Amino acid sequence: MALEELLKSPCEWLKGDGPDNDIVMSSRIRLARNLNGYPFCTKLSKDEEKAIMEEVHDATNSSELTKKAYFLLSEDLTDLDKQFLLERHLISMDHAGKRTGATCLSKDETISIMILEEDHLRLQILNSGFSLQKCWDVINRVDTQLEERLSFAFHNTLGYLTACPTNVGTGLRASCMMHLPSLVMTKQINKVLQALVKLNIAARGLYGEGTEASGNFFQFSNQVTLGQNESEIIDSFERVIRQIIENEREARKTLTEKKQDRFFDQIWRSLGVLKSARLINSKEATSLLSMLRLGVDAGIIQGLERERLNELLIFCQPAHLQKLAQRNLSSSERDKERAQLIRKTLRSLDIL
Amino acid sequence: MVCNVCGLEEATIHLTEIINSKMVELHLCEQCAYEKGTDVKQYFNFSELLEGLTEGSEGIAKQAEKKEVLRCKSCGISFDDFGKSGRLGCPECYQTFSKLLIPLIKRIHRSTQHIGKKPTKISGEVKFHMELRELHERLRKLVEQEAFEDAAKVRDLIKQLEERAKKGAAKNGT
Repeated sequence: MALEELLKSPCEWLKGDGPDNDIVMSSRIRLARNLNGYPFCTKLSKDEEKAIMEEVHDATNSSELTKKAYFLLSEDLTDLDKQFLLERHLISMDHAGKRTGATCLSKDETISIMILEEDHLRLQILNSGFSLQKCWDVINRVDTQLEERLSFAFHNTLGYLTACPTNVGTGLRASCMMHLPSLVMTKQINKVLQALVKLNIAARGLYGEGTEASGNFFQFSNQVTLGQNESEIIDSFERVIRQIIENEREARKTLTEKKQDRFFDQIWRSLGVLKSARLINSKEATSLLSMLRLGVDAGIIQGLERERLNELLIFCQPAHLQKLAQRNLSSSERDKERAQLIRKTLRSLDIL
Repeated sequence: MVCNVCGLEEATIHLTEIINSKMVELHLCEQCAYEKGTDVKQYFNFSELLEGLTEGSEGIAKQAEKKEVLRCKSCGISFDDFGKSGRLGCPECYQTFSKLLIPLIKRIHRSTQHIGKKPTKISGEVKFHMELRELHERLRKLVEQEAFEDAAKVRDLIKQLEERAKKGAAKNGT
């Protein structure tokens, strides 16, 4: 089964090896596309849904970049499977809640195509670190290859047509998942968030639309998809992200230089709790792991690779814990498993 | 800590959400969280958001409503349906509701002109118009930047493109 394979293999964006990966966990670009000759998703009949899935399956099967990918039908997946894919950022919350549709997923988990989400196709490329240009190069090729076999709805002035006019034009949404603990700790984050609104950049929580911001993780994305070409959209978005990276670095410097005692105290305490907890819920784990990550980045805590930390963050999520345990777990059972997993992973770390 | 909603029970669910670009913390008891669905997304109402954005075209919307409800011939939805769901029914809707949608699109994107990637399979005529528009846009930007040498090159490209199109049309006898 494809999902068991995924559980074993390291996914690309967790590697933590892209540029500026201490602050930008992952970069993503998605394109929204719809097929000609069909209404948008809310108006599709069962037969039309089936026809689209077949058309897209044929196209992905014969395109170089997607022919070896998994093609997962939503009706074959359990709720837990979908939650698992959501936690890995391979599908959206909206797609996870649906019984119809499918997901085409490359084995290294960098390419994911949601079929019958809000639009007929949502192509996504996910990479580790601050690597939007790399995402664009790949997604552009995937899109062009699919276009040889599929006819996309296109308007001569409005560009690619999408179910919601907020995506019309390029259909392109670039986003970065950022870890900004120092901006939160120095209480500057609200200023950053307010400035972003003026720049037409949306801020969300760890799992995209409609999710809470937890553990100092934020997802930022561009709002404007029309009137600029793809490179211009990516360039200006990149410039803003670079600015946020600088701000976070500056805040980290302030914490280590001016508030060292308090800062070190918080980091070591976090490690202390993580190493000794017998029960821990997902929210507490995420925020303590965020502090631990900051400690590793600042060189205070040594001997823990960023890849292990990223993995731990994902494997502490409810569906991943249950997949690891190979059975359904109640909330309190999960808290116990989570604490165990964390203690095991951090076993070799000493509290100095 | 007591629940932010009922103020009676102990809060056991703690949410942090970004609302209007501010981090807001919500502490709820289990009962209130259940009633709220704990889905903070519900605090946003898409149709309210749209109403705000289409303010300028409200007049047109009301007029249209008074006469008869405009429906898309292809999928049957009305503009009101779109307002409620935030989703259009089909590509044809963009044409049907263009009077209402264009001002909305302009507010969202500050533009109504796509200048990015286009499918390789579009017709020659559409391609010609798009290329021409892109060149004009480039010309405008270059003139703004006072890069007149480059602007002259783009102007030549526009001329070439127009002449090629004229010849092509003459050949086809149209």
